[in-house]
Amino acid sequence: MPITKSDVEKVAQLAHMEISPEELQVFAPQMADIVAYVEQLNELDTRAVEPALGGLTPEGEATEADREDAVAPSLGQKTALAEAPDAASGHFRVPKVL
Amino acid sequence: MSESNGNIGELRNRISGAEATARAIVETSVGSAEKLNETLNAFLQIDREGALKRADSLASSDASLAGVPIAVKDNICVQGLQASCGSRILGDYNPPYNATVIDRLLGAGAVVIGKTNCDEFAMGSSNENSAFGPVKNPWDPTRVPGGSSGGSAAVVAAGIVPVALGSDTGGSVRQPASLCGVFGLKPTYGRNSRYGLVAFASSLDQVGIFARTATDIASVLGVIAGRDSHDATTADVPVPDYVSGLAGDIKGARIGLPRSLFAEGLDPEVRAAVDSAIDVYRELGAEIVDVELPNAKYSISVYYIIATAEASSNLARFDGVRYGFRAEDAPELRQMYRKTREEAFGPEVKRRIMLGTYVLSAGYYEAYYGKAQQVRSLIKQDFSAAFAKCDAIITPTSPTPAFMLGEKVDDPLSMYLNDIYTVTANLAGIPGLNVPCGLSSERLPIGFQLLGAYWSEPTILKLAHAYATARPFTERPPIWA
Repeated sequence: MPITKSDVEKVAQLAHMEISPEELQVFAPQMADIVAYVEQLNELDTRAVEPALGGLTPEGEATEADREDAVAPSLGQKTALAEAPDAASGHFRVPKVL
Repeated sequence: MSESNGNIGELRNRISGAEATARAIVETSVGSAEKLNETLNAFLQIDREGALKRADSLASSDASLAGVPIAVKDNICVQGLQASCGSRILGDYNPPYNATVIDRLLGAGAVVIGKTNCDEFAMGSSNENSAFGPVKNPWDPTRVPGGSSGGSAAVVAAGIVPVALGSDTGGSVRQPASLCGVFGLKPTYGRNSRYGLVAFASSLDQVGIFARTATDIASVLGVIAGRDSHDATTADVPVPDYVSGLAGDIKGARIGLPRSLFAEGLDPEVRAAVDSAIDVYRELGAEIVDVELPNAKYSISVYYIIATAEASSNLARFDGVRYGFRAEDAPELRQMYRKTREEAFGPEVKRRIMLGTYVLSAGYYEAYYGKAQQVRSLIKQDFSAAFAKCDAIITPTSPTPAFMLGEKVDDPLSMYLNDIYTVTANLAGIPGLNVPCGLSSERLPIGFQLLGAYWSEPTILKLAHAYATARPFTERPPIWA
């Protein structure tokens, strides 16, 4: 299905991204090209194929990934806030929500 | 010869034989970095002071990498240094912890001299997507070094450091290694930890290694490999001694040749160089067997669905709240998210986030993402069948030598097709290694790729070492430390 400019606008909104009219001009045909290319997959009949489980190897799948639920040292509030663009009173401060 | 442009073994011998101090080696390496960076733009940060201090502290250490200078791609966390990921949205972000692979390298005595430039969030094949300008290829600064780990490839090729770390999601270690004429390994998925590697596509990402010899790749892999409780996808598989595994002949090794991949779009000089490498393997006693990878032709499509889908999810965290850049003049929260992401992501990252959002969106998920995961299974099955007949597979790494800066920037699809030989390994989770095998008529490096079954790093490293012993690649680029 060809991608239209309004598809691109909708997707940008879903992705929390503003895009300028100039970007829309460039992105819409590029994304349409890429999507048209990946549609080559439709020539394969995959009805009987199980989807892959990521990049995992059989050994990776067999590895016990759970760990003990134990308290361990972590970054701490000060360090965790150190790179925040705006922090106050031990919190991340953001613009108003409503 | 400069104090620091040797391989790990040479540098360690000079330090332990008291011919040079760790400080002298690191100081020369940093000096070369500072000088050559004016041309290469390969480092985003050079840590002269920290590196020298650390070298001094290692003066009496006999750890395996004590005093060995290394460079690290700027999407891998090193405490005390920046991690911009080549993006304005992280800028001079300073991570408060080390990646596990960094902890292990530091534990072995390595000295991180700086952070290397890369395509923004590792998305690209030319390094032109860095927010901080492209890296230049040391063989010809009018050409790209490849990507996305172009900075790491360039600094190893230019003799600034013996070893650098990169990350490989679809070829981002192997392709720049090929274009810069060095070895570059993407290990098996789960061989080493991704903790502290900024995520692009979590089911494909793997930390990889650049070096000028197979031995150095083997040394460093032995240090960084293994299970990590901070990364649930690392596998509980023993880590062998990769260096001792390099010794011996390769008589009787079976090397698979997928002839159908040596087709359209492959530069004739690359083809000729890889054909010659195959002849060398025959001379060394290997048996060349035909293999088929019938679904490899779908790999770019599968890759650009899965990688963009995972990226759209992983990069949702960059919203101007906890770290990095925040747009000004946005009095409302959603508006702040949108403006922050609009102003601080580059075009390729935006394109991929939007593509990924599209293929995951309601009504399209099954048609794109579900379908791609099924074809990914078929690609995995192709490799299982092929490795029943051979010990390793040989292909070109990149269809062409280094291309000109600016040549492909306006055509993302043609840029994506550069990854045709490399993405299959990430989709299947298998290891892949670039081996430099000569220069084109324009004196640009050419490489071939060895692909192996899961956990077969010892096999492909041994094959690479055997080739390099028979046909040493001793040429040096015009920009050299």
